[in-house]
Amino acid sequence: MAVYSTNEFKPGLKVMLDNDPCSILENEMVKPGKGQAFNRVRLRNLLNGRVWERTFKSGETLNGADISESSMEYLYTDGEFYHFMKTDGSFEQIAADKNAVADALNWLKEQDQYVVMVWNDAPISVTPPNFVEMEVTETDPGLRGDTATGGTKPAKLASGAMVKVPLFVERGDILKVDTRTGEYVSRAKK
Amino acid sequence: MHWQPTASKSMFAARAALNAQIRSFFAARAVLEVETPLMCHASGTDPNLHPVTAAYQPYPHAKSQTLYLQTSPEFAMKRLLCAGSGAIFQLCKAFRNGESGGRHNPEFTMLEWYRPGFSLTQLMDEVEALVVSVLACSAMQRLSYRQLFQQTLAIDPHTLPLAQLQTLTLDRVPVSPSAVTSRAVCLDLLYGHVIEPTLLDPVFVYHYPAEQAALARVVDDEQGQPVALRFELVMQGMELANGYDELIDAEEQALRFAADQLHRQQQQLPHIASDEFLLAALSAGMPACAGVALGVDRLLMLQTGVTHIDDVLAFPLVRA
Repeated sequence: MAVYSTNEFKPGLKVMLDNDPCSILENEMVKPGKGQAFNRVRLRNLLNGRVWERTFKSGETLNGADISESSMEYLYTDGEFYHFMKTDGSFEQIAADKNAVADALNWLKEQDQYVVMVWNDAPISVTPPNFVEMEVTETDPGLRGDTATGGTKPAKLASGAMVKVPLFVERGDILKVDTRTGEYVSRAKK
Repeated sequence: MHWQPTASKSMFAARAALNAQIRSFFAARAVLEVETPLMCHASGTDPNLHPVTAAYQPYPHAKSQTLYLQTSPEFAMKRLLCAGSGAIFQLCKAFRNGESGGRHNPEFTMLEWYRPGFSLTQLMDEVEALVVSVLACSAMQRLSYRQLFQQTLAIDPHTLPLAQLQTLTLDRVPVSPSAVTSRAVCLDLLYGHVIEPTLLDPVFVYHYPAEQAALARVVDDEQGQPVALRFELVMQGMELANGYDELIDAEEQALRFAADQLHRQQQQLPHIASDEFLLAALSAGMPACAGVALGVDRLLMLQTGVTHIDDVLAFPLVRA
């Protein structure tokens, strides 16, 4: 595995720190007038999402993390694992546990494409597309024609996610939802 | 392709006005503007400075000779002082390998000046007069390095035992235990991470530990502690200027070169030969003198209220 020196630390570089894979967010040189240079680095721990701040002497090194990201199709869950398949023609399958899919759990839909991050051959995170289309499975009866009053009500989607929707939305509607905010965007054409 | 300058159009006018203001400040005080070479046979030996080298060829295909782009014009200006120039200033580019970030560009503009017969206090007065005339900022505080550590961390940086200094550093700075190998590293970390960011109003910090003397004279302070006659001007958590009561003793200078060279060897840094021109000039005699270097890009940042050095540069390194 590659070894990176502080002067190679760039945003997005994946390195190992305290045995966890991390992604570098920021690297700023700090140099007292006549003293030695240090690098003040912010990193995101890719296993738990926490942001760490560390200072390194300029020239210190970290091992690279064996991280790859690829687009995969969600197949199904067996209750314990979530199964994805590569879309590069290899049909290779991979099983992610609940921790790894945590950020995507509300937005999993069979046959949709997700970005799966793999560390040392094990999936560690699953990122949903920015927008998904999903069917409403439960909501109060719709107020037909009411597109103007601006009121909202809760709706449950096929994945189990709850979103606030306009009053006219009905069970069985397909909605477009922004996965970054968890907000309703529009009704999708059936 | 980003070919455009990173500084705004108004910034170019601000820089031109600042340069003119600096020149008229020194003209009024009868300090002579000089130019010295930026590409020289020797360079400073400070193990924390990494000069950019140039390959000079006397004719095409000749074996090239290594020359150094200057990390500051200090040595050449001191030779002018030894030759009897009197008070001098220079507004020039300086080069430092690897120094890049929000407040650093590897090529930057430096204002350096020397005042024969000035004490460190008189030079601080003059720096203050210049900076206040540019920034219209408040009067500047003056604190010794010891006072600063006592105020912020309740320790004496000169006498606290190394083990306690290491514990304190690891407690206050997110750094690995293997990094805090010496007093100098601990003090640099505490200064850079804990103290300097809190220094928003302008303050002169003086009497640095003797091991951080660089090219300043070392004397005993009122507590008998050897300290460097050196100051830094810090504001907005950023070093703006660094001044010395200059070392003028040729023998002591030769010893400091040798000590730096040993450190460079221990850190496996390239050897940099002592500047024999400087040593010969000091042997001929240099007037007692105080000198200071000020970062002009940073002064312009403070004047115009921008926080990234790229905003005051036409083309930072990536676009140079």
